[in-house]
Amino acid sequence: MKYRLGVDVGGTNTDAVILTPDDRVVAKTKTPVTADVASSIRYAAKTVLEQSRLTPSEISHAMLGTTQVTNAIIERQRLNKVGLVRIGAPATLAVPPLTGWPADLKAVVEHASVMVRGGHEFDGRTMGPLDMEAIRRFLDEHAHNITAVSVTAVFAPVNSDHELRVRDLIMDEYPHLAVSLSHEIGSVGLLERENATVLNAAVTRVAAMAAQAFENALRDLGIDAALYFAQNDGTLMAMDYALRYPILTVACGPTNSMRGAAHLTRLDDAVIIDVGGTSSDIGMIRGGFPRQSSLAVEVGGVRTNFRMPDLIALGLGGGSRVRMSDGRVTIGPDSVGYRIVEDALVFGGDVLTFTDVAVSLERAQIGNRRPAVSRELSQAAYAEAIRMVEEGIDRIKTSSEPVPLIAVGGGSALLPDHLAGVSEVIRPDHYDVANAIGAAIAQVSGRVDRIYAMNGRSREDVMEEAVSTAKAEAVRAGADSATLDIVEIEEIPLAYLPSNASRVRVTVAGVLAGESA
Amino acid sequence: MTWTLGINDLDALAIGAAILGTGGGGDPYIGRIMAEAAMTESGPLTVYTVDELPDDQWVIPIAGMGAPTVLFEKPPRGTEPMEAFQRLAEHIGAPDAWPCPIEAGGINSMVPLQVAAQLARPVVDADGMGRAFPELYMQTYHIFGISGSPACMVSEFGDVVILDRVHDNHQLEWLARGLTIRFGGHSFLAQFPMKGRDVKRAAVRGTLSLGLRIGRAVMEAQKRHVDPLRAVCEAANYAGYGPAFIAFRGKITEVRRRTEAGFAKGQVTIEGLDGDRGSTLAIEFQNENLVARRGEQAIAMVPDLVTVLDMQTGLAITTERLRYGQRVAVVVIPAPSIMKSPEALEVWGPPGFGYPFDYIEPAFQLATEKGE
Repeated sequence: MKYRLGVDVGGTNTDAVILTPDDRVVAKTKTPVTADVASSIRYAAKTVLEQSRLTPSEISHAMLGTTQVTNAIIERQRLNKVGLVRIGAPATLAVPPLTGWPADLKAVVEHASVMVRGGHEFDGRTMGPLDMEAIRRFLDEHAHNITAVSVTAVFAPVNSDHELRVRDLIMDEYPHLAVSLSHEIGSVGLLERENATVLNAAVTRVAAMAAQAFENALRDLGIDAALYFAQNDGTLMAMDYALRYPILTVACGPTNSMRGAAHLTRLDDAVIIDVGGTSSDIGMIRGGFPRQSSLAVEVGGVRTNFRMPDLIALGLGGGSRVRMSDGRVTIGPDSVGYRIVEDALVFGGDVLTFTDVAVSLERAQIGNRRPAVSRELSQAAYAEAIRMVEEGIDRIKTSSEPVPLIAVGGGSALLPDHLAGVSEVIRPDHYDVANAIGAAIAQVSGRVDRIYAMNGRSREDVMEEAVSTAKAEAVRAGADSATLDIVEIEEIPLAYLPSNASRVRVTVAGVLAGESA
Repeated sequence: MTWTLGINDLDALAIGAAILGTGGGGDPYIGRIMAEAAMTESGPLTVYTVDELPDDQWVIPIAGMGAPTVLFEKPPRGTEPMEAFQRLAEHIGAPDAWPCPIEAGGINSMVPLQVAAQLARPVVDADGMGRAFPELYMQTYHIFGISGSPACMVSEFGDVVILDRVHDNHQLEWLARGLTIRFGGHSFLAQFPMKGRDVKRAAVRGTLSLGLRIGRAVMEAQKRHVDPLRAVCEAANYAGYGPAFIAFRGKITEVRRRTEAGFAKGQVTIEGLDGDRGSTLAIEFQNENLVARRGEQAIAMVPDLVTVLDMQTGLAITTERLRYGQRVAVVVIPAPSIMKSPEALEVWGPPGFGYPFDYIEPAFQLATEKGE
């Protein structure tokens, strides 16, 4: 039998689940994250393995969703010294690499930068020959002081030739350097893509350490499974792929919980709310995948164009503080957090929280005593919470039709069964470990986001090329090619350029190779 | 009175210029980085109002042209605007010319500031569009009979093209757009060189100040936690613009897009909230917002500025970023009279964008809330 182990390392807890081949939960656990992440992974995995009474050899696939890479960037710890190569001069010289980066992060990551001739135009024409000599000189000078190189060429998402030639040079002549290529990491928008590529180059070592820890933990338990990392668009990468593109694991947590929620309810189109102790995330699943944000996303203070889920964060959680001022009731955004078990009225504390309000209205049964709150205040506070949730749901929806709402996370029990704009509130089993389930059930995807000049080509021809490129990408990341479906397809013509060029986005996804029936 | 524009003003100008972009004009981000770098070297800029401009002073409007998407993928070398400006200045024998914007809305608000800083020259507080428009001849300079040529375009490689004599300004747009595509989809150009006395009769005045005023009002309102939309309306009643008003508050319920003759066209539908509950406003756009209709009735149209702002922050939302569920306000800023002469309306009134009806004044009486 082929069972799957899903592990999610979050800020507070490491969650683990084991799923059957038909995706049913047979074991689950939640353990506090320890300073040594590896030991908390080992402990969580051991707990679910024992619970499930499976033998280690029955675990065929293991998936890890982790915040370790994100934390390394935020803490500026364990990062590589990077040599930055930008191809496209004399264009782009006005905006040097790492413009707008926080000074401390820049100081840690950047060893040296070079801007050389080469690159392409939007229609794929070359801007000029690639200046390999300049790159060689740069590498000869700095190769001994760096461990990674980021390579970003103008319009590489249209024509990746120059980036690939630099990769070949480094693999042949400077094999100790890890190379990150921009066209494999981001989409159109040079500065944001370059930022993401440099961050990727900076975190390859910490990703390798996380992978090693995961591998070791499983080996200690006798588990010999194929290993995968969860990425921020809700899909998986095979381990070797993840080691090359570790930056794509940033912020996989909310995505995993949304995917897990979708899976637990067997719904492909729904709004999801994940209610924690301090805040709630509201997102939307369409065709089984989280809808992506179209705004620039910041990671550790750096502007990127990552594929992040479109989320609305509310300062509303189980521990949110309830206050009365000027006759108005407010909730949050501050919370008693993990101290809820001491501070909330229902646990004998003296702080009025959202949990106390819900319990006093008999919306939930939590704690060990009845909170002394006036009915009037409770009703006003609860109405305010409903208003916040309903407004968030309405903002995330894509049409005015009522949609199902899937409620997950520890605090979701506090929500009512009826909400405006919602056809049905669904509370699945195992809602508390939705994120680990999301990691375990994920598919593998491939994506294209680039500009195509339509001149002399039919639209069908261009779209077909985009789809097959995305499919090839998915197979590289570990997908079974026979199972690939188109998840998203979009064409946006370029403004102020009536020359028939369009930006095309395609996402495909399929199941893991070696897993389909 | 001349005034001084410092680096600390660029935040506000970026916000205000995005609002004057009426949904188009490109995100000022990269232009702002370039202006900021140049001004870090040069220090604050001197800004001349049109009134004070000497009649014999040469002025050259300078701007970027083409797809903002290309600019974001292929940022400039940084010397293109200055070189286009200088080569045109040399060509016409006016080495001491001053830069001026052609377009107050979007990224082109920033380009002349970079040139002024690099050359240590004053910049003129005026422009030729009074907002953002998609084509080169959509400038008051053209409407007042000034020739766009000689003009000069420069690529990042330093390729210099002088368009010495072009018989009409539509032809200049056609040639320059073609070159822009050959240059890779974006270019910088200097055009409509003119004397101070021509600026005085032909320019939309005070639009640099206007962008700055609007941006400052938004920032100030955010800081004081008061309604930024009213602040935008109040600040926009300036230099002949206005009276601005909040035409609608609501939630976007639909965004439709289509491509027509290479242009990104579409329509956004907004369902009313608060005082507008129960009614619907639709805005048709082609890069910029063109016509707003409440029910069947057109309540505001080009060239008046129809802007879609985030209800909470007061920041502009470009047509490319419109999405279902956004809470927005539609603020209408009536354009000044120089933009609404019969000759001007022929260029950029509704018929200029293919509509079968003539311009009418905005339906101020239908306003949700009037600016003070």
